[in-house]
Amino acid sequence: MNKHIKGFLTHIILISISILSIFPLLWLISTALKGQSENIFQYPPQFIPKNITFENFTGVWKQIPFIAYFLNSFIVAAFTVVLNVFFASLAAYPLARMKFKGKNFIFYMILATLMVPFQAIMLPIYLIILKLHLVDTVSYFAGYLGLILPFAVNAFGIFLMRQAFTSIPKELEEAAFVDGCNIFQIWSKILLPCVAPTCAVLAVFTFIGSWGEFLWPSIVLTDKSLYTLPVGINDLQGMFSANWRYIAAGSIISIIPIIIFFLAMQRFFISGHNDGAVKG
Amino acid sequence: MSKLLQKNNDRNIITVMYKYYKKYVPYLFILPAAILLFLFFFIPFFETVVLSFKDYSTDLYSPGFIGLENYKILLTSKEFYKVICNTLLYLIGAVPVLTIIPLVLAILINQKIRCLNLYKVLIYIPVIISIVVVAIAFKWLYATQGILNYIAEILGFSAIEWLTSPDVAIWSVIAVTIYKGIGYYMMIYLSALIGAPKELLEAADVDGANLLQKHLNVTIPYLMPTIALVVTVSSISALKVFAEIYVMTRGGPLDSTKTIVYYIYERAFENLDLSMASAASVILLIIVMIFSILNILVFERKKYQP
Repeated sequence: MNKHIKGFLTHIILISISILSIFPLLWLISTALKGQSENIFQYPPQFIPKNITFENFTGVWKQIPFIAYFLNSFIVAAFTVVLNVFFASLAAYPLARMKFKGKNFIFYMILATLMVPFQAIMLPIYLIILKLHLVDTVSYFAGYLGLILPFAVNAFGIFLMRQAFTSIPKELEEAAFVDGCNIFQIWSKILLPCVAPTCAVLAVFTFIGSWGEFLWPSIVLTDKSLYTLPVGINDLQGMFSANWRYIAAGSIISIIPIIIFFLAMQRFFISGHNDGAVKG
Repeated sequence: MSKLLQKNNDRNIITVMYKYYKKYVPYLFILPAAILLFLFFFIPFFETVVLSFKDYSTDLYSPGFIGLENYKILLTSKEFYKVICNTLLYLIGAVPVLTIIPLVLAILINQKIRCLNLYKVLIYIPVIISIVVVAIAFKWLYATQGILNYIAEILGFSAIEWLTSPDVAIWSVIAVTIYKGIGYYMMIYLSALIGAPKELLEAADVDGANLLQKHLNVTIPYLMPTIALVVTVSSISALKVFAEIYVMTRGGPLDSTKTIVYYIYERAFENLDLSMASAASVILLIIVMIFSILNILVFERKKYQP
């Protein structure tokens, strides 16, 4: 009996926390579904709209180039992911497997970058990006590069990949060598498939990070047609200053892709085995 | 004997292998990452320090070297004093909550219960949603005639100026940071709990320990390293908050929500005061580095062994 009460209490607590955790979003959805005839400031607040309407969604869709924002966010996130996985698995291989001069020094230098918060060095990074002409005033391509390159390598990714390479048995490499593979073939054909699961973890977390990034794009972007979703959504506030129906509808539209991505990839996030993916 | 031969043979293969690839090969693998890290970490890092010793207020194009003058100005300015106080408030407000609530949730969820995954997904959703949307959602909750003030009214309070009162605003913003972090830290605890000593927990059950005793005496001591990790990680991320403040208050009212990263942003990109921005950046650097070094040396040493 006691056990039942305990279980019941656990569920009550978890259900309330779960509701609290999505309540701000539900309230946004509720607001977005209310038409002009309904007072969104009504007391007591009406959680279920009297007349559900999608006019706010269609209205905001017409005024905001969501597709362009999605595409920009996607291009930036996809390239950030590809470059991160590629560069990290390249750099991690010798750090995990080879003996060479200065290995420890290089290792500690990479380690040191983990301690430097981006926010503290963003001003010189911006100046460097300007000097390299990687801004959207030059061309779209340069604009994208300016968004991507500062995040194309992450020491954390190198460490994650290095751990993965270390766990592969040495015999595999030796066998490949005896069979006549050169070192790049060993890396690309033998080892890379072995660390694919870690690559996937790195890819998923890098994607989420890049997709949500706000500070850097809001610094470098001047051209609205290159806006990523977070910057575009922040802009909603200025455009529809008091029109909370539109702001709510726009915000909800903007999170649909990442929610789908999350639900599809949920095992990466909630399996509990993402120990290595903790980022400082 | 044959084993020894075998071992010798193995060693030969490895030696031949290491000779086979030329000496520069390891560096070739590291080169692309190294170039980018140089360009976007090491150079900016040193440049931040150098900039902080220069005077940009008189000449933006050929600033003179003025030593520690910028730091003197910064550290004696009332505004920066306020900024540091706000940043500390942020730490005090966010870190304990982000350490304790996720811990309790993780212990609750780490049972064989129904709907486990559903709870995890719902609690994790704020983590994956863009901070901009989360901040907008809260701004709407905090509206003067919003739902939170309705609840306050029911509870017998007068309407609260969540984002417009200098005394309240920072706590309203901290709440957003907490809201967005809970799921993340809960997952860290959960992955640590996978290895929790089951025998000890069962022994505690047999000895008739109640739930609280059991977790206080077994789970919490076991999780101590993870708790410490969460404290440092959440401190570092509290030091780095920006988007919440940018979207919700822009540092106002009366600078009451201006924390250090927002200050750097404002100085650098709105006022073009590169000197103050870099001096403040160096101060942020030093604080974060202290936390990071503690974190790496004490808690994650094994993970980063060369």
